[in-house]
Amino acid sequence: MRPLDLDYMLGLVPVLLKYVPLTLAMASVAMVLALLLASLMAIVRVMRVPLLDGLTQVFISFFRGTPLLVQLFLFYYGLPQVFSFLTAINGVTAAIMGITLHFAAYMAESIRAAILGVDRSQWEAARSVGMTTAQMMRRIILPQAARIAAPTLVNYFVDIIKSTSLAFTLGVTELMGAAQKEAAGSFLYFEAFILVAIIYWVIVEALTVVQRQLEARLGKAVAR
Amino acid sequence: MISVRGLTKRFGDNTVLDGIDLDIRSGERVAIIGPSGTGKSTLLRSLNFLEKPDEGTITIGPVTVDARRLRVAEELALRRQTSFVFQNYALFANMTARDNIAEGLITVRGWDRARANARAEEILATIGLADKAQSYPAALSGGQQQRVGIGRAMAAEAEIMLIDEPTSALDPEWVDEVLQLLKRVADARQTMLIVTHEMQFARDIADRVLFMDGGRIVEQGPPERMFSDPEDPRTRAFLRKVL
Ligand SMILES: Nc1ncnc2c1ncn2[C@@H]1O[C@H](COP(=O)(O)OP(=O)(O)OP(=O)(O)O)[C@@H](O)[C@H]1O
Ligand SMILES: [Mg+2]
Repeated sequence: MRPLDLDYMLGLVPVLLKYVPLTLAMASVAMVLALLLASLMAIVRVMRVPLLDGLTQVFISFFRGTPLLVQLFLFYYGLPQVFSFLTAINGVTAAIMGITLHFAAYMAESIRAAILGVDRSQWEAARSVGMTTAQMMRRIILPQAARIAAPTLVNYFVDIIKSTSLAFTLGVTELMGAAQKEAAGSFLYFEAFILVAIIYWVIVEALTVVQRQLEARLGKAVAR
Repeated sequence: MISVRGLTKRFGDNTVLDGIDLDIRSGERVAIIGPSGTGKSTLLRSLNFLEKPDEGTITIGPVTVDARRLRVAEELALRRQTSFVFQNYALFANMTARDNIAEGLITVRGWDRARANARAEEILATIGLADKAQSYPAALSGGQQQRVGIGRAMAAEAEIMLIDEPTSALDPEWVDEVLQLLKRVADARQTMLIVTHEMQFARDIADRVLFMDGGRIVEQGPPERMFSDPEDPRTRAFLRKVL
């Protein structure tokens, strides 16, 4: 066993930390887009909108049924060969697109379950007051579904953060890509990768703390 | 003015409403009594299309709807002529007591928030819950929740208030406060159609009592006569059991 090169690791910390903002930005954009898309798909499925419901089911089935890495390669390397207007797409955009669609498929199912988990009496009360379906969804059902789905959705955000590391396979120098480059130069693979692992770990743990506070606050308003 | 003709509702081959005809004058307070499972709730729920009737026409105020040719716009228009008080209160769980009352004024009647809040606070004072304006339903007793439910229905100022067994989900200790509030709503001559198992209450507030059995209105009349001298043997058998 060789000793760890701690000096090298310490020196690497600021180098790698510079890439944390990009990782968080990619994850946040993907999360917001995935949430929007997933909510739309969940509503389409709950309302059984003709045609769209079927398409949504196929979409969800495909993006849950195939590996994210395959989807990313398909978007970045594959699609531009078929649709030439996509050749200008860069790695960051392709990664965000792929991660968005992949996680939207998962999140749609949790949001759908959460919507169906809102008590029937809430739907009837909203209808009895004279609300349109859109008003009922926006004012009564979705806010309550959001509380039911919140813990699961935060878990998906954690997954999304970790999944952005796959962007390095599309040539993006993000956190993982930077660690890979550093390691290739120094040959100190263990030091570089254990450090990048610790950075992801700290980010995710920090998020878990936020999640707990969020749940405590939301819990107060819905406690029965 | 409410006018119902030939209202029919089936669940599969179970005919739950069997051609109901019913007229209610403005300001009239009508109580429905009858055994369990005879379609009392279904009648109320069909009047505002929480349940889709199969046949019949419903006129409430200026809106007339034919169940067989129903459009979404008509359904909404009809609901805006009615308000509903649920057995299990069904308050919006994500909203405070005040917002439960103000919500319909804002989203359905298009009031601005300040005006709706002011009106909701007036109503809260009327129902004796001014100090609970910011409480969520989960923090209210059953009786308080049902009073907010009634407040929400009052805010709608609908042509008719439909009320389904407002006290049967309540612990006995809360029944009185809810009945007293409903009595005040009735005294204000709000047109109402109320399903109740509280016979004394029906006798007190109703101008007319309907006895339903097997999806039909078997007998109806002023409460004095209905309770003291019912004509139909089914009414007599029912009243013998509950009185
Ligand atoms: N959604 C439904 N699907 C199938 N059958 C139903 C449904 N709702 C009601 N029914 C049936 O319709 C009949 C009338 O029910 P309803 O709830 O109107 O009776 P009710 O007179 O209000 O009884 P209760 O006094 O117990 O409240 C019952 O036989 C019931 O089983
Ligand atoms: Mg009933």
